[in-house]
Amino acid sequence: MVSVVFEAPDSIEGAVNLLANSKIKTNVLAGGTDLIIQMQGFKEERLVVDVKKIPSMMQATLSDDGLSLGPSVPCAELTAREDIKDVYPGLVESAYLIGSTQVQGRCSVGGNLCNSSPAADTIPALIANNAQCVIVGLNGERSVAAEDFVAGVGQNIMEKGELLAKINIPRPAANTSDAYLRFIPRTEMDIAVAGAGVSITLDADGTCTAARVVIGAVAITALLVPDAAAALIGTKLDDGALQAAADAASAASKPITDRRGTVEFRTHVVGVLVKRAAKIAAQRAGV
Amino acid sequence: MTKSHITATINGDVREFLCEPSDTLLQSLRDELGLTGTKEGCGSGDCGACSVTLNGRLVCSCLVLAVEVDGAEVGTVEGIGEPDKLHVIQQKFLEHAALQCGICTPGLIVSTKALLEENPAPTEEEARYYLAGNLCRCTGYDKIIKAVMDAAETMRGAA
Repeated sequence: MVSVVFEAPDSIEGAVNLLANSKIKTNVLAGGTDLIIQMQGFKEERLVVDVKKIPSMMQATLSDDGLSLGPSVPCAELTAREDIKDVYPGLVESAYLIGSTQVQGRCSVGGNLCNSSPAADTIPALIANNAQCVIVGLNGERSVAAEDFVAGVGQNIMEKGELLAKINIPRPAANTSDAYLRFIPRTEMDIAVAGAGVSITLDADGTCTAARVVIGAVAITALLVPDAAAALIGTKLDDGALQAAADAASAASKPITDRRGTVEFRTHVVGVLVKRAAKIAAQRAGV
Repeated sequence: MTKSHITATINGDVREFLCEPSDTLLQSLRDELGLTGTKEGCGSGDCGACSVTLNGRLVCSCLVLAVEVDGAEVGTVEGIGEPDKLHVIQQKFLEHAALQCGICTPGLIVSTKALLEENPAPTEEEARYYLAGNLCRCTGYDKIIKAVMDAAETMRGAA
């Protein structure tokens, strides 16, 4: 392994200064469940900046405005928070699906975002919940919608010297809830072949008044599918509306064939997952 | 390259060691501290043979940098039971013959202890899901789960 310079600053400013002023390549270390494996293949000197000593990176605060999530909060801590699960059950489910108990002890939602895998489980759930990514650099702070964060396979819109400092997830409107489902060939510890995150808002008589439908692992990034949401809005989520949403999701998907699934399989299954996730979200939103 | 000086509480004792910034906690435990109960299996967080607790949370020590544990509390299998007085979990693994080659056993003991501290009365399904990150290639999981469920019952009876 090549030489590594390790720093563990205790403030966002300290981390941004280190990242922005480094003369060698930099990596942010959160839970390390991806980075420490990648480090074995490093071919040039690196600066590794551990951000877990920064208090705000490790705190999750629920208020009337919503959830202010420190990007490095371990998934095990998030999934143990009943107060957060009550408000965002689908988001917490998506975090729970990542890896083993051991991996859960370290992996984080911010790490999942920044690793920017097409199959990341939390990203569709974040997008369904209108999450905003707060990015800090030397020139200040900017906020980017979760659906605009990932730019390609393993790529995102963060520039050199920037740090994902916070994930803000607005409190859902009344009678709104979410769900995330994925397909894997096993029962546990696998990578999504297809995934769907759905948020549903109902009115007093059970008609869907707002929806967000997001599909994962079927394109180079998670995709928000407005046509699928439009198929649900104004309906009582009858079978016809659910099938129309599924068809819209399948049509929007651009999957590849690999050893875990074919184009045909992924295209079909992502629609099925949208239907099922929409039903669960609606049940949870129940009036 | 300058080595980092790390001070951590390991199994209740304050220990100091030197490491490279790229060393994993697993490497330091085994090679610097002589705590060879923690095993290296895959080295990529898939098999759980290197399971330890870090500030009370179950993790794979191959996916933790040694420099990260400065000031932290680490628990390894060496902190569970004593040679002449095994922990209930260890005793039950013996009674149920829940090991053959033994490479996965320290990780399973550490993980089972973490499971039963979080959930003293797991269902078999809960135990299987919690321990899904600990792979075994020779015993088979049936005996392991029987040992875990028996240990849970015995520990509840003693509490």
